[in-house]
Amino acid sequence: MEQSTSHTFKENAHKAIDDANLRVSLQTMKTGFRAKRSAAVAKLPEFEALRDEGKRLKDHVLANLDFYLEAFEAKVLEQGGHVHWCATAEDARQAVLTICRDHNARTVTKGKSMIAEELGLNAFLEREGVTPIETDLGEYIIQLRHEPPSHIVAPALHVRKEAVADAFRATHTHLAPDRDLSEPRQLLDEARSELRDKFLAADIGITGANALIAETGSTIIVTNEGNGDLTQLLPKVHVVIASLEKVVPTLEDATTILRLLARSATGQEFSSYTTFSTGPRRPEDTDGPEEFHVILLDNGRTKMLGSEFEEMLRCIRCGACMNHCPVYGAVGGHAYGWVYPGPMGSVLTPALIGIENAAPLPNASTLCGRCEAVCPMKIPLPRMLRDWREREFAAKLTPDRQRWGLQLWAFAATRPALYRLGTRLVARMMALAGGRRGRLSTLPLAAAWTQSRDMPTPRGETFMDLYRRRSSSTSQAATGKKG
Amino acid sequence: MTSSGSTSSRATVLDGIRRAHNRGPLDAQAQEVLRQGIKTPGSRVVPARAQGDHAHHLALFAEMAQAVAATLVRVDGWAGVPEAVADYLKGHNLPTDLAVAPDPRLDGLAGHGLFTVRRGPALPQDVVGVAAAFGGIAETGTLMLVSGPDTPTSLNFLPDVHVVVVAASDIGGTYEEAWARLRLRYPATLPRTVNLITGPSRTGDIEQTIQLGAHGPRRLHIVLVDDRAQA
Repeated sequence: MEQSTSHTFKENAHKAIDDANLRVSLQTMKTGFRAKRSAAVAKLPEFEALRDEGKRLKDHVLANLDFYLEAFEAKVLEQGGHVHWCATAEDARQAVLTICRDHNARTVTKGKSMIAEELGLNAFLEREGVTPIETDLGEYIIQLRHEPPSHIVAPALHVRKEAVADAFRATHTHLAPDRDLSEPRQLLDEARSELRDKFLAADIGITGANALIAETGSTIIVTNEGNGDLTQLLPKVHVVIASLEKVVPTLEDATTILRLLARSATGQEFSSYTTFSTGPRRPEDTDGPEEFHVILLDNGRTKMLGSEFEEMLRCIRCGACMNHCPVYGAVGGHAYGWVYPGPMGSVLTPALIGIENAAPLPNASTLCGRCEAVCPMKIPLPRMLRDWREREFAAKLTPDRQRWGLQLWAFAATRPALYRLGTRLVARMMALAGGRRGRLSTLPLAAAWTQSRDMPTPRGETFMDLYRRRSSSTSQAATGKKG
Repeated sequence: MTSSGSTSSRATVLDGIRRAHNRGPLDAQAQEVLRQGIKTPGSRVVPARAQGDHAHHLALFAEMAQAVAATLVRVDGWAGVPEAVADYLKGHNLPTDLAVAPDPRLDGLAGHGLFTVRRGPALPQDVVGVAAAFGGIAETGTLMLVSGPDTPTSLNFLPDVHVVVVAASDIGGTYEEAWARLRLRYPATLPRTVNLITGPSRTGDIEQTIQLGAHGPRRLHIVLVDDRAQA
């Protein structure tokens, strides 16, 4: 599986915050994705009703997941396609490799797929002597830079155009070294012409899937560039890799998701290309792949069913939660350390790679609730982040000092008299220490907090004391008036 | 034709789902209810904008398609198609060598003196591809194209310029109407590929600046044929 650095989130985040280029990129995201989404939602009065419908639909599918997967499988087989059930990431990698071996494949073109990232598929195929070529522009850029995506919709969100130009110059060495690559247009045109031949030469095309349809045995990809279509159209073999929860009953159900997806992701009414693939090419067809394979990946998802994290399986990977997250907006995607960043990643990553390997992630949130407010599938992300924090605490994964602090606080908080006495003492002490300045520049156990600001000191009175004093004076005043 | 990976993986996954739900496989009656649900998709939330009469659908289709950088021209009857395509290509200084879908409705293009026409799937060097759509969806200005011997999918993606001819009578309000038509036309199984196309190819992957013409067509030109009068 893709290597994780989720356990060092704190260090990753520090580094990210110091990255000036990243700050610029993240600022673009905030003004871009957020404004576009809210404009698209404003244009569709039915958006809220669609969210409810989407939630109902996915809950129904998850409750009957075995039935819909078997129905989907039967339809794919009926049309001459192949279905590969894969319980683990390793099963899925081996299934892909077997298909590559069966066709003596040397190069594989790839449409954008988060499941492929989850499998660490590129590194695996390279080790096995098969060359994977990413064809989505963003994925192509990060493949050349040997780094993982930093956003599930815009994988190269963190890369500025000058860095794209550097990567292209380093790779496309057959082109004039002094060519002008200062504008996005020039970069795009170069990528387009470089990749065109790769599309035509590839032995196998691998895409992900935004949905699987039980009614028809179809897989769906939603893209803007057209790369996914060239990937699945031109080679002899089309391999779809999808996780189990992508299945929906009918074309109409897929439509509900499609009406929510682009608006939530990029603020488009609809993406440029939404493509339904059903089996291999028909005998009378003059183009299209001769073989059609669907890899159905579990990799920990059935374990989420029936747990407090089941609702995470409604996710349609639009990225709205990360686009609106203040923490993602400050540190970007790489700090999260694994495939899925932002709020959805902080819930999903511990479920897929274990909380022991991802313990800091559920804490990488202010629980402000914006993620849930914009989620098209109404996933209760903050609630699930709190659930992970509880599990993390129960498994003793939080740092000792934090645990002792919390235990001490819990001890006091369940004893009101003691708690009030304690706060009264601390408030007085802080007031004394702050002196006339009324501020503290350092605090024991909170050095990180006071590093960038002073702590204003309390005025020597606790809230409870103040409340008691005021309420007794108002009640006296009230009584006085009556009398 | 086969289900594989490993048969044990299949059982592991399905058992995992059932264990999580504290049940075995669904009983026959429950399965029948779900099967009926697949056969008779119930009513859905449908945007009000896609309601209204056919004239509204045509106007909305044109408006939405042009909002995503497609160009569109309306012609009166199929006989007007070749001239409309010629006008477009001349107007944009584009080549007149055409790769044209074998769909018989596009036969008129071969007879037009301006074009050199090749019928069939697109070749890598083709610059202009002409295709005929199965229909259009007004809700988002989306074209629906299906694969088949008369309508190869490569024409939709390989050429730089994608010209799509669509009959006004095939434009509906919603995706749901398009699915209903599709099921009627292809009752046994869907065509290998169903493309919903909304504007030309684009990307925002470099600094979120939207650029047209990523890997697919740089231009999408729609010829909307008013065929109602004849019908």
